[in-house]
Amino acid sequence: MGFEKFGRRSFTAVTKTSRFVDLLAEGKVEGTVCKDCGEKYFPPRADCARCFSKNLDWFEMPKKGRLETFTTAYYAPLGFENDPPYSMGVVDFGSGLKLFARMAKDIKPEEWKVGMEVTVRPIKYEDGQLSFEITKV
Amino acid sequence: MKKEVAIIGVGQSAFVRGYEGSIRELAFEAFREAMQDAGITQKEVDASIFCSAPEYDKQRSPAGVLAEYLGLIPQPTLYVETVCSSSSSGVRVAYSMIKAGLHDIVVVLGFQKMSELTSAESQERMGRGADIQWEAPFGTMMPAYYALYAQAYMAKHGVTHEDLMNVRIKASTYGVINDRAVYRKPVRPEDFRAGDPEAKMAAPVAWPLRVGDCCANADGSSCIILASAEKAKALSKKPIWILGIGAASEAVNMASRPDFTKGLSVTYHAAEMAYRMAGITPKDVKVAEVHDCFTIAEIMAYEGLGFAPTGEGKQLIREKATYKEGRIPVNVDGGLLSKGHPIGATGGSQIRTIVLQLRGEAGAMQVPGEPDIGLVHNIGGVGLYGNITILGRD
Repeated sequence: MGFEKFGRRSFTAVTKTSRFVDLLAEGKVEGTVCKDCGEKYFPPRADCARCFSKNLDWFEMPKKGRLETFTTAYYAPLGFENDPPYSMGVVDFGSGLKLFARMAKDIKPEEWKVGMEVTVRPIKYEDGQLSFEITKV
Repeated sequence: MKKEVAIIGVGQSAFVRGYEGSIRELAFEAFREAMQDAGITQKEVDASIFCSAPEYDKQRSPAGVLAEYLGLIPQPTLYVETVCSSSSSGVRVAYSMIKAGLHDIVVVLGFQKMSELTSAESQERMGRGADIQWEAPFGTMMPAYYALYAQAYMAKHGVTHEDLMNVRIKASTYGVINDRAVYRKPVRPEDFRAGDPEAKMAAPVAWPLRVGDCCANADGSSCIILASAEKAKALSKKPIWILGIGAASEAVNMASRPDFTKGLSVTYHAAEMAYRMAGITPKDVKVAEVHDCFTIAEIMAYEGLGFAPTGEGKQLIREKATYKEGRIPVNVDGGLLSKGHPIGATGGSQIRTIVLQLRGEAGAMQVPGEPDIGLVHNIGGVGLYGNITILGRD
């Protein structure tokens, strides 16, 4: 699948990491791991910056993390006008792995708290776009 | 302290909404003032550097076009870009050219005409100054990114919405007396009253940031003329020396940021570099310009620059220490919040403010006590680029 299927609206059509979108369709949120030196990356990379290898594989992101920070947007950039309000946040899984994403729309903004335990799940929008979002455990 | 490269001329257009002219005419306004300030002609300029964030106007490769309009051909010219810190980066490149002995006098011209776009279009362009592959697909924009810092930072350090409001009120105090500022009205606490439809600063943009926490888009230009020590001594009665110049970069994706409660890492890195080069400590700084694109950014900058310990930046605004009469005056020209933020012109405008302060020519905004050392903190993107310039007088 092409990377134009990623997110509410993608700005990138071609990338060596486009398998990320196929994995989302299979219900998985995955990062990449270097087969040569073991370095893990999220967001996924096609090239290892640590040992220069291009030999990377996919690994499934942890199920539980801590909400490090978040915001609720009441105003949106061009192309996202119909979406507000929507929240976005950063999840810290520990050992250097973090993730940035939108947060589940069915949870009220005031229910989110810095430091709470959260999880991440793939989602499919009505127009067929594929993404992932942060939600409560 | 090294005195090898000096600033001999500064200029700035008025920062306005909807400039009635093209980018070349806008650029000429700052250029004219800086050239008259330096008292030189185009023949004495060896090279020019143009700085802006791309995609706000239709002109591609603006350097050649603007160099011609300013009368700076056939001298070499080039374009430098680090979004909101473009013109500070331009000054860094000009400094290097002069220090290397390649040129004696270099013009750095920052410009931006944002008003050709709607606010939503502008937010989309700004958002694409971050990670377009992995973040922009979520609908990111600058206020939301800074709100991520604000949320974690406020929770950890007990910073309140009142503290943020007080940064905005301080900015407006000086916006009122700066005739180049885009926002010249005073801001009062009642403008932030939640739930009051008359309170125009209170509406949330990206919580915890409200309308009043965000800087004003503007059209504008700035111009800084740099010279070698030899030329500066010959041409200028009041040369202002570049004592230290620091720059740093950071991961673009929020998932790769180490700690949201400490502010922007580029501030710490660039400050360390600039202070070391200048051979001074934060206590030596008598007046500063910091990148207050959002109110929270100013409080975080106090700490990154060493004006306050980590977590204690709020005390400076609570004690009014960063007002003109305070211990360390900050953004006494209105800052990005009131003076306005025409992206590519901002760094040059901040540098101009400090140059005028050190020369004692800042008029109603002049800091008392004849300041001898000033600092400029200019950030590009969400702390993607950091540039710090330390200036001093003879």
